[in-house]
Amino acid sequence: MGKSSAKPSYTGAEIVVDALEREGVEVVFGYPGGAILDVFDKLNQTKKFRFVLTRHEQGAGHAADGYARSSGKVGVVIVTSGPGATNTVTALATAHMDSAPIVVITGQVATAAIGNDAFQEADVVGITRPVTKHNFLVKRIEDLPVTLKQAFYIARSGRPGPVVVDLPKDVQKAALPGYQYPDTVEIRSYKPVREGNIAQIKKAAAAIQRAKRPVLYVGQGAVSSECQKELVELAERCDIPVTTTLLGLGAFPETHDLALHMLGMHGTEYANFAMHETDLIIAVGARFDDRVTGALDRFAPRREGVIHIDIDPSSISKSIEATIPVVGDCRSVLRELLKHLKPAKRPEWVKQVLDLKAARPLRFANDGKLHPQYVIDRLYHLTKGEAIIVADVGQNQMWSAHYYHYTRPRQFLSSGGLGTMGYGFPAAIGAQLANPDQTVVCIAGDGGIQMNIQEMATASIENVPVKVMILNNSYLGMVRQWQQHFYKRNYSGVFLHRRLPDGGFEYVPDFVKLCEAYGTLGICVTKREDVDEAIRTALRTPKCVFVDFHVEQEENVWPMIPAGQSFKEIMTGDEDPQHGLA
Amino acid sequence: MADLQSKNGLREHEHVISVLVENRAGVLARISGMFSARGFNIDSLTVGETADPTVSRMTITARGDDSIIEQIIKQLRKLIDVIRVVDLSHKDHVDRELVLVKVKADKKTRGEIVQITEIFRAKTVDVSHEEMTIEVVGDQNKISAILDMFRPFGILEVARTGRVAMFRGAETLKL
Repeated sequence: MGKSSAKPSYTGAEIVVDALEREGVEVVFGYPGGAILDVFDKLNQTKKFRFVLTRHEQGAGHAADGYARSSGKVGVVIVTSGPGATNTVTALATAHMDSAPIVVITGQVATAAIGNDAFQEADVVGITRPVTKHNFLVKRIEDLPVTLKQAFYIARSGRPGPVVVDLPKDVQKAALPGYQYPDTVEIRSYKPVREGNIAQIKKAAAAIQRAKRPVLYVGQGAVSSECQKELVELAERCDIPVTTTLLGLGAFPETHDLALHMLGMHGTEYANFAMHETDLIIAVGARFDDRVTGALDRFAPRREGVIHIDIDPSSISKSIEATIPVVGDCRSVLRELLKHLKPAKRPEWVKQVLDLKAARPLRFANDGKLHPQYVIDRLYHLTKGEAIIVADVGQNQMWSAHYYHYTRPRQFLSSGGLGTMGYGFPAAIGAQLANPDQTVVCIAGDGGIQMNIQEMATASIENVPVKVMILNNSYLGMVRQWQQHFYKRNYSGVFLHRRLPDGGFEYVPDFVKLCEAYGTLGICVTKREDVDEAIRTALRTPKCVFVDFHVEQEENVWPMIPAGQSFKEIMTGDEDPQHGLA
Repeated sequence: MADLQSKNGLREHEHVISVLVENRAGVLARISGMFSARGFNIDSLTVGETADPTVSRMTITARGDDSIIEQIIKQLRKLIDVIRVVDLSHKDHVDRELVLVKVKADKKTRGEIVQITEIFRAKTVDVSHEEMTIEVVGDQNKISAILDMFRPFGILEVARTGRVAMFRGAETLKL
C-alpha cells in the first residue's frame, strides 16, 4: 500500500486504506461485518495505522471522539452496514453536539440491493443526516477518492463535526484504474471563514475598552482553536474575569486568579454572579446553551452589549442577541482584537468578583465520610493536576468539573451537549491511544460506566492503561437529585443495586470481580482513608484499573440553578445537611 | 385556503428565499429535514434545475419574525450542499405561481366563469358538462383574488406549484 505510482489500479477497499494512510490516521476503531469485509481484508495489510476492535460500535464511535477531542486530529471509525451503522448513531449525535471531528465509514449493501430491504440494510445517510455535519453515499468508485478527501476536510475544518461515508459492498470491490488521492480539496458550497471582519473587531475592541464590568465567557470553540495564550493575554491586559462552559474547561487555566470556573446550572456562585452583573459579555466559541443561560429573559439582565466570536454564524444570535457578532476562528479573531486593545484596569469590578470567589468557593463536607468530591480532590492532587480527565455524564461529571482544575485545552473531555451516559470510558480509551505518554482518567458513576462496560475487553486486550474512578453511590445520582428536590423525594427507577430482605442492599455488579474476569485490576474503596492508596496503586499500575469508590449515597451537586430559572433562584446547598459547611 | 385569502394574499413576515444547491440526491431531504428538525414552517417549496445542470434552485416561502428568518438563512447556509441563500423579500423581485383550479360549472354559470377567467387573463384548460378547469399564473394577490371569485361557484379541486421568484432588473443570483 501507499505506493500509488507502482499500482495501475486500486479497489475501493484499497483506496480506503490508502486514503487513511495519507490523511495521517494513527488509529482506527471499529467492528467488522458482512458489508465491510472487503475493507477489513485490506485493513490488516497496513503498518501505518493500528486497528482497535471495540466490543460495540457505539464504543468505537466514542473512542474516536475521545481520540479526536484530546488530540485535535480526526478520529476514524469503520463499521458494517445496518446494525453496525445504527449503533454509531448515539456516538455521531454526541460528536455533532460537541463539534468533535470524526469520520465514520459504514459498509452498505451492494448498490443494486439498496432499497430492497436487503439483509443488514439500513438507510444510513437518511438516519445519520440530522446527527452529522455532512454525509455521503458513494455509489461510484470514481467518486470515492474525492469523497474521502472531502470527508476529512469537512470533519476538521470550520466548526468541526462528524462525517459519515456510506460505502456499498460493490464499490469496495470495484477497481479504479489510475487512482490518485487528491492533494487538495475544493468545495464550492463550503468555505468556512477563518479571519474575522476587521471593522467588527475594532467595534469589539472599543466596546471592551468602554465596558465597566466585562466578562469573558469561553466555550468549546476556544478549545478547538487552541487560543489559550490569546485568552490569557486578553484577560490580563484588560482586567477581565473569565468563566467557561463545561466544554470550555481548560481553555483558560483554572488556576489563574481571574478564572471564575464553570457557569450555568451547576456553575460557581461567583461565575453566575459575574454573568448576572456584567455589562459586556465577550463570548468566545460558546453558544449560550440552556444549561448556561437558564431563563433567557432573565439572563445577564444588566448587560449592555454582547460580543460573540464564533466560527459558526448560526450559533450567533440564536438564543441571545449579539450586539457585535464576529464570525471567525477564535484564535485568529483574538489575535487581531489584541492589536486594538490598550491595557485597562477595573479594580472595583475585579475585586467584587474575586471577593465572592474567596468567600463562596465550591465546598463539600469534611466529616470523615467518603464524599465523591473528596475522591476527585485527591485525584487532582495525586496526579499533580496534569491528567487528562474524561468525565461521564451526571453528578460525576459536575464534580469532575468542580474539583479537578484544568490548565490546558483538551485536558477535559465530556459529552456536554447530548449528555451521553456511557461516553466516558470508551472516550478515555481513545484519549489514551492519542496520548500514550499521559495519564488518562475516566470519572464515571455506577450507572454510566455500565452503559459501555464491554469496552473493558478492549482496554484489557489492547493494553490501554486507562484509570477508571467509579463514584458508586448506588443511584442514578443526578436523576435522584432532581427527584429529591423537584419530585418530593419520589425515587422512581433510580436505585441500581439489589435490595435485601433485611433492608440493606448488595452492590451489583461486583466491579472487582468483573475486572478480574476481564483481566484488568479492580480495587474497591469504602473508607475515606483508603482513597489515596487506591489512587496511587491505580496510577502506578501499567494497565487498565477500575477503582470502585462506595461514596455517600445521597450527595447532591451544589450550587444549582433549577432548569428555566435565573441566578436569583440559585440553590447554594447551604441548607443541605450532606453538604455541610465544615 | 382560507388562510391564503387573508391580507391580500401576503401574510405578515412572509419571506421568499431563493436557494442555490448542488443538484444531487438527498439535497431536498437535507433542507426539508432541517426545517422540520428545527421547527421552522415552510409555506411552499419548489425546486428545479437551473441553466447549469449541476445546480438546482429552490424557492422557499417561510414565515417568522426577523430572528427566525435569520436562523433559517444561517441554518440553510450551514448545510454543505447549499451554495447560496438570498432573502428576496428585502429587494425588488417578481414572484409567480401556477394554479390549476377545478370549478363547478353548468350551463347557467359557465359564461360568468369564462368572463372571470378572461378578466384575470387566466386560461381555460378543460371543460365538461359539470365543471371547468382553469390555469392561473400570477403573483399571490392575483391568485387569491381569482380563487375568491370562483369560491361561490364551488371549487372542486386546487393544485398549486408553489412560488418561484427572482430579482427584477439586471441583478441575478450567482453561484
